[in-house]
Amino acid sequence: MNFDRMLNPTSVAVVGVSSKNDRHPANIVFKKVRLRYSVKAYAINPRGGELNGEPLYKSLDEIPEPVDLVVIAARAEHVPALFESCIKNNAGGAVLISGGFSEVGNDELQEKVVSIAKEADFPFIGPNCLGIFVPGVVDSLFTPSERMEQVTLGNVAIVSQSGGIMVDLMFKFSAFGVGISKAISIGNKAMAREIELIEYLGKDPDTHVIALYIEGFNENEGREFVKAASSCNKPVVVLKSGKSKVGMEAVSSHTASMAGDYRVFSSILAQYGIVEARDEIEMINFCEVLSCYPRTIGNNIAIITLSGGHGASASDFCSERGFNIPLISTETQEKIREKLSPGIRNIASLTNPVDLTGSALDEDFIATYEILSDSPEFNAILLLVLPYSPSITQDLGAKMSMPTRKRVKPFIAYTSHTDRYKIFIDGFKYNQIPVADTIDGAVMMLEAMRRYQSC
Amino acid sequence: MLTNEIKNILESSQKEGWVLEPDAKKIFAQSGMDVPNFRVATTEEEAVAMASEIGYPVVAKIVSPKALHKSDVGGVKVGLKNEQEIKETFTAFSQFEGFTGLLIEEVVSGVEMIFGAKIDGQFGPVVLLGIGGTSVEIYQDTAIRMAPLRDVDGPSMIESLKAKKLLRGYRGADPIDEDRLCQMLSAFSTLVVDMADSIESIDLNPVMCTTDRCVIADARIILKS
Repeated sequence: MNFDRMLNPTSVAVVGVSSKNDRHPANIVFKKVRLRYSVKAYAINPRGGELNGEPLYKSLDEIPEPVDLVVIAARAEHVPALFESCIKNNAGGAVLISGGFSEVGNDELQEKVVSIAKEADFPFIGPNCLGIFVPGVVDSLFTPSERMEQVTLGNVAIVSQSGGIMVDLMFKFSAFGVGISKAISIGNKAMAREIELIEYLGKDPDTHVIALYIEGFNENEGREFVKAASSCNKPVVVLKSGKSKVGMEAVSSHTASMAGDYRVFSSILAQYGIVEARDEIEMINFCEVLSCYPRTIGNNIAIITLSGGHGASASDFCSERGFNIPLISTETQEKIREKLSPGIRNIASLTNPVDLTGSALDEDFIATYEILSDSPEFNAILLLVLPYSPSITQDLGAKMSMPTRKRVKPFIAYTSHTDRYKIFIDGFKYNQIPVADTIDGAVMMLEAMRRYQSC
Repeated sequence: MLTNEIKNILESSQKEGWVLEPDAKKIFAQSGMDVPNFRVATTEEEAVAMASEIGYPVVAKIVSPKALHKSDVGGVKVGLKNEQEIKETFTAFSQFEGFTGLLIEEVVSGVEMIFGAKIDGQFGPVVLLGIGGTSVEIYQDTAIRMAPLRDVDGPSMIESLKAKKLLRGYRGADPIDEDRLCQMLSAFSTLVVDMADSIESIDLNPVMCTTDRCVIADARIILKS
């Protein structure tokens, strides 16, 4: 299914704009599209007239160009005719915000709408959804602009069955500096399901990671989903709800009793290397790391720190999650020691974790990182730094970001997150080094990479 | 592809909603899986003759469409040693509701595993491997995968069991043959996919695994209602 025109529109029509009720969802969407995005916006109301000096078109027939995106917030019974009109006027696709379909038992109307769209290969999102949010390009959310947080542009695409969860995730991702390429709320997912969107986003050059919030699948849809997600060549991260649903029927076999819906879901995702996040915190950390390093790692981690406590704590989290902290060979230790600044050469502890002490300079971190990332016994490097340590500078992150090295061996940082050290943190983030705000979060990121594979 | 015999068994078991153990074992044997040497006797004389053919000691189980959970109704005797015990068991079991025969089979032992299958609403046929036996639902040490299994799936299922050490020669025991286990699991997953339209779930519990054999000691196939 080709969503190109509707997700990158130059013209947008909003159907259902009211001349009397300016708080109508269609009015909110129209106002936003008209004022905030560089697209041509058209308001449609079958009665015509005008709204605040803007013409209200009676239908798409009156609009002088084929529009790329039609946002529909009209009553459900009008939708079949509206779709016919979209198709006749060569529109690029539709977001169907309107409710009143399968979610209230009106399967027949939903099927009718789908069959009209399918026949004409006309892409649409919904019904019963918030629709799409493409930062800087367009959005169909009927939340007023002033109530929205600024969303950071980036390379994570969000696809969500729930519009509310989608907006929440967008805000939280942005608060953690994880940028969004597109966010799509699929509602009843009558035609555009997770599967079609994964297929589309898999080819979208702006998207590196696909994050999904899933409530459940229809019959056998899970099988198709797994096939799409495991063959799209991009990390797919899933947050699931409805885990606690208890089967109603009595079960007559051990297998039926033990293989409940959620266990099956979770096991099969892991089987196909689709990364399941347990909660929003994991979701954010997983997406951040996989957007920097879309690949898998082995179990052996090198830890570099300047605080013994942080090193010990990271070792615990690593072992809890099944990672090894192998010893560093004496030969490698010697190599590192030669490169260290005189102030710490005799006090740094060079086993694993490496503790460079509070007197370490930026150059000591860089030297240690370079040597350890050249050591084949390690699969990834964890750096735990404290921005208030007197001898390091705010440029540490930028200095440590070496694209060719990172490509060979992933490198993740933890640092305490406070407003005072934002520039220090951004030195990592802006240079594509994932930074966690807790030690566990950094280890979580390692786990996300390890899970991104069949297991 | 299902053989005609398998299709016939599934067809004729429809009215009971599940497949009797001897029929279930026929299905698995035909699909390249190992089952104990067994016979079904309908008379006492047959039972005695069959037991000596198989060789004592033997296991005897009730065959009845009313006895889905055989051990719950006292319909299983393990380690029968002679003609006398066979006769007594035949007499006792023939009183059970729906008795149609006595299943007599060789005694098998080993590490008790469970093979399971279920047709999941969202994902279709899935298979389960776990530590089996009567406490299976207490420990719940199982791995689940979508069927059919790929080559990597069997070994990863074993690897993900908490009690995998039990299979690898724990405290001086001989390790089980993991390759054989994986081959059988793979044959099982193919069969499950082929039978997906007819079945609801399957328990093979226990599957007795040793250093040279993985054999299905008990089998229950629940059909789609």
